[in-house]
Amino acid sequence: MNSLILSAFSRFLFALMLVVSLYILYRGHNDPGGGFVGGLMAAAGFAILAMADGVQAARRMVRVHPVALMGAGLVLALLSGLPGLVNRGSFLAHWWFHAGDFHSGTALAFDIGVYLAVLGGILALILRFYEEQPEA
Amino acid sequence: MLLAQAVLWPVAIPLATAALAACCWQRLAAQRAISAAGVLLMFAATLLLLWQVRAEGVQAVQFGGWAAPFGVSFVADRFSAAMAAITGLMAFATWLFGQADIRRREERAGFHPLFHGMLAGVNGAFLTGDIFNLYVWFEVMLITAMGLLVIGRTRAQLDGVLKYAVLNLFSTLIFLMAVALLYGVAGTLNMADLAVVLPQAGPSLTLTISALLLLCGFGIKAGYFPLFFWLPASYHTASITVAAIFAGLLTKVGVYACFRVFTLIFTVEGSGLREILAVMAACTMLFGVFGAAVQWDVRRILSFHIVSQIGYMLLGLAVATPAALAGGIFYIIHHIVVKANLFLLAGAIHRASGTFDLRQSGGLMRRSPLLAALFLVPALSLGGIPPLSGFWAKFMVIDASFRGGQGWLAAVALVTGILTLYSMTKIWMEAFWKDPLMPRPTARAVPAPMLAAIALLAAVTVAIGLQAEPFVAYAQSAAQALVDPSDYIAAVLGAVPAEGGAMAEPRP
Amino acid sequence: MNLIYALAIALLTGCGVHMLLSRHVVRIILGVSLLSAAVNLVIFYSGRISSTVPPVIEPGSSALSEAAANPLPQALILTAIVIGFALIAFAAALALQAQRSIGTLDNAGLDVAESLGTPFDGPEKRR
Repeated sequence: MNSLILSAFSRFLFALMLVVSLYILYRGHNDPGGGFVGGLMAAAGFAILAMADGVQAARRMVRVHPVALMGAGLVLALLSGLPGLVNRGSFLAHWWFHAGDFHSGTALAFDIGVYLAVLGGILALILRFYEEQPEA
Repeated sequence: MLLAQAVLWPVAIPLATAALAACCWQRLAAQRAISAAGVLLMFAATLLLLWQVRAEGVQAVQFGGWAAPFGVSFVADRFSAAMAAITGLMAFATWLFGQADIRRREERAGFHPLFHGMLAGVNGAFLTGDIFNLYVWFEVMLITAMGLLVIGRTRAQLDGVLKYAVLNLFSTLIFLMAVALLYGVAGTLNMADLAVVLPQAGPSLTLTISALLLLCGFGIKAGYFPLFFWLPASYHTASITVAAIFAGLLTKVGVYACFRVFTLIFTVEGSGLREILAVMAACTMLFGVFGAAVQWDVRRILSFHIVSQIGYMLLGLAVATPAALAGGIFYIIHHIVVKANLFLLAGAIHRASGTFDLRQSGGLMRRSPLLAALFLVPALSLGGIPPLSGFWAKFMVIDASFRGGQGWLAAVALVTGILTLYSMTKIWMEAFWKDPLMPRPTARAVPAPMLAAIALLAAVTVAIGLQAEPFVAYAQSAAQALVDPSDYIAAVLGAVPAEGGAMAEPRP
Repeated sequence: MNLIYALAIALLTGCGVHMLLSRHVVRIILGVSLLSAAVNLVIFYSGRISSTVPPVIEPGSSALSEAAANPLPQALILTAIVIGFALIAFAAALALQAQRSIGTLDNAGLDVAESLGTPFDGPEKRR
């Protein structure tokens, strides 16, 4: 698709969606939101990029292969479960840190893992869908 | 920590292996190394779990620090520990075989992450103590299995996987609907908790529907009589390493789920399920074996035999006495080893003669006598010839069904055994004994890893056959635990952690 | 309310099964997704429809308020939707691939797997 308007706007939309997706990811800690929704949003951002500038541009923007992203997310999610084993004897029992009003914990790492896994999984699918379109 | 969480590792290790292998998407050498390490570690972890369960009884862990009915539990009793251990063995054997069989193109299509993802799904299904979690593991298994089925991207595989995908998707939806109805009645999804709550709820139409939906959902997975058609329509298209692990494990996950659900949550005794199960078992045996009789492709013969053998396991559940359940459990374990081995042998036959079609092959007896000797072990075991493992397995279920007053089921099982031998004889005569149609100019040798994997599984078959006593005793104690699940329930619901009540506290 | 709900489930299931019985793979996949929507509604219904207050813990308190809806069915449905989404996306990708390499998605034309191991043609006919 060679639309100048879409192409010009896609950069802006892409950046906006990425930022919002990160915000949703962080918000999921205490409010509705989280890694899955955030990951979907980010994947939609990349999808817009792929639509406007072609799949190659989107792939360059992801830098690593989407499946590798999925694997990395899964590794991170698994690792985030391990600290709970150490002191509470239960996988995925999370650690928490407090600094004044701000608190966070290994649950955030799990959510980031989910974010990456969803992003990678969706991208692996939709980039393939888009890619083979012209050949058909 | 390593021992206390022994239930966790058989699932966590393949999951981590799959994730790490996916991280190295472009680097095949790294994927191979990770895969090898993952297979060995998982095999070790499952053996550790088996040893732990034998030594200390039922093992249970909770996730996320939430106590039993609220959090997700993983439980290993003797049955599930044995299933996990056999999964470890299968993973090792097929991995070994795959060293010579998996092509570079298939590796590039993601063989290693998918293979380990599927193993994680299988082990998760064996070890979970929560019925919704069981659904999740079924889906993990399904999506990775679909990926593995089309790993070669051939047209036949695409056709086969579409049938596989649609029917298995449908089965998981039925399963999920049954779970929803169960939740509506009992308000809990923990299987041990369900076993406590449901007897108090009393019989109701919702529960009956739920039980029948579960039977259908698991039945499609396992390949029971009216629901097995997807199996011989898709398994023969897969590459042989994949087909072997599918044949060994995937349908047996459905059988395992049936054994678990219809002993722990529902009962066969006095619920009217016995008649349904008995007819299904008899038809599964007969239709499978007749289906196999007309086939000429080795893989299709073996696919139909999976169906027919599933009938024997279902027979154990239909009779539902402790002896029959023990027979069923023994049968599952024997069958996983033997059936996977036969598929590996089909791969070796293909490698040696260049075809899966029995009409075109031949002369392997002279060309590779070692392969012929190795073929005899699982083939005769499948037919139930003493002293191999299949004899004891058949003996246990048939004996139990005579004693359970189901003589006609025993008769069907005996007839099926003879017809099974007919198919095995056909493979033997056509592929090994008869002279080849035309002398092949290039007689290819079977690579050593293939022979090693086949020999390993054949050795296990012989070992179970000659030293049946400890295996039978183990199956009997596992069946006893199924009939009287009080240990299982106590391990899950009474699992008080070291810090006492702190676990049940909600998070800050 | 309950009746409307039950009718909606019945309607979705009926449409899903109707589509599932079609010969065309795309229709079958659509049928599966309709059916999964129906199943999700069954889960939701099993958790009883009682309240419309979202099950989110209010800032400042540490437990869910009494009036809140049952959160468990929502969690179950979310999981089921995620999994169903992944599976249906995968199935759609398979269908696309099949369309490209086999050239049809009509089940009447999809017989490559059957003819791979057919017992009917003799060896001389296959060559």
